[in-house]
Amino acid sequence: MCGIIGVIDRTMARMDGSSIKEALSLMDERGSGEGAGYVAYGIYPDYADCYAIHVFFDNLLEPKTRVDEILKQWGKIIHQEEIPTYEQPGLKKEHISWRYFFKPFADQKVGTTNPDDDNVKQLVMDINGNVEGALVFSSGINLGVFKASGWPEDVANFFRIEDYKGYIWLAHNRYPTNTAGWWGGAHPFNLLDWSVVHNGEITSYGTNRRYVEGHGYQCTMLTDTEVVAYLFDLLGRRHGMPPEMVVEALAPPFWDVIDQMPEKEEEFMRTMRLTYGSALMNGPFAIVVATKDGIVGFTDRIKLRPLIVGENGPRLYISSEEAAIRTMDPDVESIYMPRAGEPVIGRVIE
Amino acid sequence: MAEPLVIDVKGMHYSPLNKMIREAVASGVKEIVLNNVLGQRFIGNGVRGDAKITINGVPGGDLGMFMSGPECEVFGNAEHAPGNTMDRGSLIIHGSAGDAVAHSMRGGKVFVEGNIGYRGGIHMKEYEGKRPILAIGGTSHAFLGEYMAGGIILVLGIGHEPAVEDRGIGSGIHGGEIVIRGDVDDKLLGVGAKKVEFTDDDLVRLSPLIEEFCGRFDIDPTPFLDTNYSRIIPASARPFAGKYTWE
Repeated sequence: MCGIIGVIDRTMARMDGSSIKEALSLMDERGSGEGAGYVAYGIYPDYADCYAIHVFFDNLLEPKTRVDEILKQWGKIIHQEEIPTYEQPGLKKEHISWRYFFKPFADQKVGTTNPDDDNVKQLVMDINGNVEGALVFSSGINLGVFKASGWPEDVANFFRIEDYKGYIWLAHNRYPTNTAGWWGGAHPFNLLDWSVVHNGEITSYGTNRRYVEGHGYQCTMLTDTEVVAYLFDLLGRRHGMPPEMVVEALAPPFWDVIDQMPEKEEEFMRTMRLTYGSALMNGPFAIVVATKDGIVGFTDRIKLRPLIVGENGPRLYISSEEAAIRTMDPDVESIYMPRAGEPVIGRVIE
Repeated sequence: MAEPLVIDVKGMHYSPLNKMIREAVASGVKEIVLNNVLGQRFIGNGVRGDAKITINGVPGGDLGMFMSGPECEVFGNAEHAPGNTMDRGSLIIHGSAGDAVAHSMRGGKVFVEGNIGYRGGIHMKEYEGKRPILAIGGTSHAFLGEYMAGGIILVLGIGHEPAVEDRGIGSGIHGGEIVIRGDVDDKLLGVGAKKVEFTDDDLVRLSPLIEEFCGRFDIDPTPFLDTNYSRIIPASARPFAGKYTWE
């Protein structure tokens, strides 16, 4: 199982985390108390031009010294502090949550159109692959992931997420089935501007993982969802594809549907399936992905996991359950179920 | 007549709620009204008797699971799998419902005024006198009647032309029948399903159901009492005989 809910205010009006906590807690039965998490965009206006790097440290000695060194080698630490946490009886503190506000040196990377992002991506991969006792779980600008092993309400209260205000929120309640529950395995998964929450399983994980690893990503979180964040970064950022097209690559139409498309569209989809065959995701899934520009929700082509959408003026909600949306927004105006595999997109209006 | 038991369930967890319902029905209460329902799962789960439960709001998943006898009338939408393995009684939903409506249902009726999600009527079954009914006023998403083994699914498609336009209708069906208003494109039929003519005899047989459904939702049944339906049934007596075993 697993429960997901996401919201965007398209006018970028910021909401605190209290209502999404209530909504996710309504879906407690979709999880097992072994992982819950939240991500919010727009929460660090005081450091709006810095990468907010959230790290789980096992201790603040060797792992933190190594991470400090790597960061200082690649850029400048503008500010750093422990992420405030508040003890909860039902949650065991397994790691120290730390955050850096970081500006990469622009002149350290060549052969790329966005050196800052590639710089930060590389140091995230370096830390997560090579520094024992440190795990970067959030690395975007003006956004932050807060997650741990525990029930939705305990994790929310542990980080006191009502103290943060964002215009996009995603939340996830985990029921680990194929891999163990641990802090790094809780959702959302994030890399740079991409955050992912996922209900289901990616049975094509092996193929997808080999594909992204061939492009310089390293899977270190011991669970399948991580690869979705890297697929979005590779296709969406580095290949420059719009979100609708990324979804078409990851959850493409069936061949018999492609056969019936008009010629031009058919040729495009054939090329897409052949080019991105290794990015195609198999298995049951409902996924919501966020970037600073918006959110996109989609399911597998035969709809093996639930997804429901609600709208109220500038706000778009995507969730596993209608009641969760109504908990966040009792005045929600329309509720509908999107077709399997078809992306639901909420974009920021500039 | 006795006063109904009215419960404001705002913020209440489903466990104490369902305990209250079960105790009330066991003690002879015939009418229960639940107000401010939002996301409470398993309402009416396993309840036996002939009570009427009115649900104002959006109940959580598996409404009326294993229920045997009562009627639940919902003024709102329902989530996944209302009528899951239901045995007897009825669910009347004045709204739409999520995926896997009437999952493994074995008896009774599920009426949905609006639309249903994917896999409605999956694995419905029948045995001797028990014949479950799933009737839908609007439309259905894909895999309607998947692995269906018995019972009736009726889709009126009100406001939808065609009534159903999602694939995989009756995918893996080996019993029961799916009746859909108007024609159904052959390419939407699932593996093991075949479309046959809806005859005058079928109309005589199903008229009481059409009239009852329309009556519950204040719809004029007259326009629906003709033979403009498609009937989808298993392609043969044992369509998958050779798939998993040898004869």
